[in-house]
Amino acid sequence: MTSMWGSIRGGALAAGTVAAMAAGVTSAQAQKTLRVVMHSDLKIVDPIWTTAYIVRNHGYMVYDTLFAQDANGEIKPQMADTYTVSDDKLTHTITLRDGLLWHDGAPVTAEDCAASIKRWAARDSVGQKLMSFVETISASDAKTIVIKLKSPTGLVLIGLGKPSSNVPFMMPKRVAETDPNTQISDFTGSGPFVFNKDLWKPGDKTVYIKFDKYKPRSEPASGLAGGKVVKVDRVEWRAISDQQQIANALLSGEIDFVEQPKHDLIPLYKKDPNIVVKDYNPLGNQYVFRMNWTQKPFDNPKVRQAIFYAFNQKDFLEGVIGNPEFYKECKAMFICGTSLATEKGMEDKFTSNFAKARELLKEGGYDGTPIVLMQSTDLDVLTNLAPVGKSLLEKAGFKVDMQSMDWQTLVGRRVKKDAPSAGGWNAAFTSWVAADVTNPISAAFVNASCEKAAWGWPCDEALEKLRDEFARATEPAKQKEIAEAVQVRVSEVGTHVYLGQWYQPQVHRNTVTNFITAPAPVFWNVELK
Amino acid sequence: MIAFIIRRLLATIPVMLVVAIFVFLMLRLTPSDPAAIIAGDNATAEQVADIRNKLGLNEPIVTQFFIWGSKILRGDLGESFFFKKTVAELISDRIEPTLSLSLFTILLAVMVAVPLGVLAAKRHGSIVDRMVMGFSVMGFSVPVFVIGYSLIYVFASELRWFPTTGYRRIHDGAGPWAYYLVLPTLTLSVVYIALIARMTRTSMLEVLSEDYVRTARAKGQIERKVLFRHALRNAAVPIVTVIGLGIALLIGGVVVTESVYSIPGLGRLTVEAVLARDFPVIQAVILMFSFVYVLINLLVDLVYSLLDPRIRY
Repeated sequence: MTSMWGSIRGGALAAGTVAAMAAGVTSAQAQKTLRVVMHSDLKIVDPIWTTAYIVRNHGYMVYDTLFAQDANGEIKPQMADTYTVSDDKLTHTITLRDGLLWHDGAPVTAEDCAASIKRWAARDSVGQKLMSFVETISASDAKTIVIKLKSPTGLVLIGLGKPSSNVPFMMPKRVAETDPNTQISDFTGSGPFVFNKDLWKPGDKTVYIKFDKYKPRSEPASGLAGGKVVKVDRVEWRAISDQQQIANALLSGEIDFVEQPKHDLIPLYKKDPNIVVKDYNPLGNQYVFRMNWTQKPFDNPKVRQAIFYAFNQKDFLEGVIGNPEFYKECKAMFICGTSLATEKGMEDKFTSNFAKARELLKEGGYDGTPIVLMQSTDLDVLTNLAPVGKSLLEKAGFKVDMQSMDWQTLVGRRVKKDAPSAGGWNAAFTSWVAADVTNPISAAFVNASCEKAAWGWPCDEALEKLRDEFARATEPAKQKEIAEAVQVRVSEVGTHVYLGQWYQPQVHRNTVTNFITAPAPVFWNVELK
Repeated sequence: MIAFIIRRLLATIPVMLVVAIFVFLMLRLTPSDPAAIIAGDNATAEQVADIRNKLGLNEPIVTQFFIWGSKILRGDLGESFFFKKTVAELISDRIEPTLSLSLFTILLAVMVAVPLGVLAAKRHGSIVDRMVMGFSVMGFSVPVFVIGYSLIYVFASELRWFPTTGYRRIHDGAGPWAYYLVLPTLTLSVVYIALIARMTRTSMLEVLSEDYVRTARAKGQIERKVLFRHALRNAAVPIVTVIGLGIALLIGGVVVTESVYSIPGLGRLTVEAVLARDFPVIQAVILMFSFVYVLINLLVDLVYSLLDPRIRY
């Protein structure tokens, strides 16, 4: 076959015509442009207004952070030069590095950062918790931010160094003073790339230009921390939605990097010597089964507990990801390999002990009413979760009405509290970026504040008290102890059932090197041959 | 004639109104929530409610319709729920690729299909006729995306003659612009070539047995003139009808082709808007497509009178 194409390829007439038509295409790409395909097209450009991951990724291009998580998961200064905490742990003082500039050339000031922290805190779950401890956030001079607390908390660094949605990105004061519920319309940042609004064509491409005046830290890049040294002139996010077309474009050299290639296509990529397959996000993602506490039968803790016994993680991971290279069973709710990882409370769970599950269903008085299980059909990494879950639930004695729909319909339906027979729901699967669920405050599904909690609306006073205790804890040992207690409580009340970790490798051409291993894809440090 | 055009244009008003009401209601009745989509996975119930409120989705449906309708009457298509852009801006950004693709497709289809149809009719029953009819059946039967992926496999992935995806704007130069449109145009034109060639053949077969064609031949007229001046002109009305319908049907084909080739046109905008439940964009694009459909029908009617002087309005 190859030789046949080879001989046809030699067709002089066709080649000549094509070359003539293509003239100008190559010349347009003379500068060092990194062409990437992200997991979705960029539509919203305010990373504080939405928690969508594509907007978080956009945020890392354009904005900088006061602190950032390094490759070991430690929070390091980023825009911050020094960080001190008073002896009574009530005053946190952050000074800014010299030479930090906004993209319009104005210097970054402490006032800008104070306003940015406030806007972020109004939207983000960790930020909101942090603000319950904060008395004032102010600028004592042009470079010094002072955070005064009412009582000590460990959330200052956890919040300001938060690696995933919402990330506390710094913006100029005039932008940060925008109502947190309104999208910003001025996209001036101080990050390593400038967002070119004029070249932003939703559905086509998003263009970022190297910010020549960006002053990187002197340390080498590590995770999201360290020196953000930009080694390309321009990064273009190309909007291609079809996975086969993405593969064609990468294999033919039309693009350089793909953030989320389909797992099924990995063998195809691996066959090509010009393509590198590598996972740059070692924390990966976590599958989750969420139950609706406001509807029968999941209003009963015994019925929710039954799920922990009915399910086993391997069936889900095998059924969806398939290749063991890209998944890991993990009984730690706050992600295996992190400082808060523990198996406490989960030792006997996830074993598909159907007898135990049936016993709990009986104790919980489950009357055999079918549960409405929503299945998303258009996202490859989620589609097979529901059929696997249905099978396991039925073996445990549940009756299941699995309803298939596209992801956006599911997203719209899951916020409805109506009865399942009236357009509501009982259960659904989803997946979290692991970086979002590494502690009891940022993990949205652990929030059990009833009406204020995320969809599913768990309601448990004891769990909320533990989360408050975690927020007050300032010592790592104490934080770990509380995190263990939180996990045990989750195993008793069943806010959600987590189903193991899976990994999304990235693929790129071998002409692109030095990608950074981090919880979010970033493009500083990357070199293009 | 002018009275006819004015009458037809006025008749579009109730049509557009019905389309507007239908699209608006359909979208509001679908089980989806743009606010939840916008807010993202980490959003709290409060954040989703805030966004819903900002977008005006908490208002009664009738109120929402009148707000939207009054804006439309003022020429304001609204603002996208997702993009920090007006719908008019989004449409103007996306219209060039769709127009380019449609224009190339129709031109290629007409230039190839009409001569093919005439040839098939002239050689009625011959191998040429059978080949044209065979191609025609294949063109109808094979879905657009299959043709697209096949062409990409051969000409982009294997031969590397053309790019697999993308679009270059005309201001980037006519060469790159045309270069990026070659495969999409071929993909989309197959079905129209099939349709128009078949209709041309059928129409020509009817006309070729008419007395005036025999008379033209008896006068010693050369065959090319007989076919194209005497026969084709008289066979043109049904062909023009099919071309007109084809332009309208093109809208569906454009959606698929733009998706396959990642062309940032109106077809893809429609798909993205539907998937994201971006109501203002969906409503505006469907209204626009409906208007184009009505307009094309009017143009086809006008062309009839140019082709056949007996037709008067």
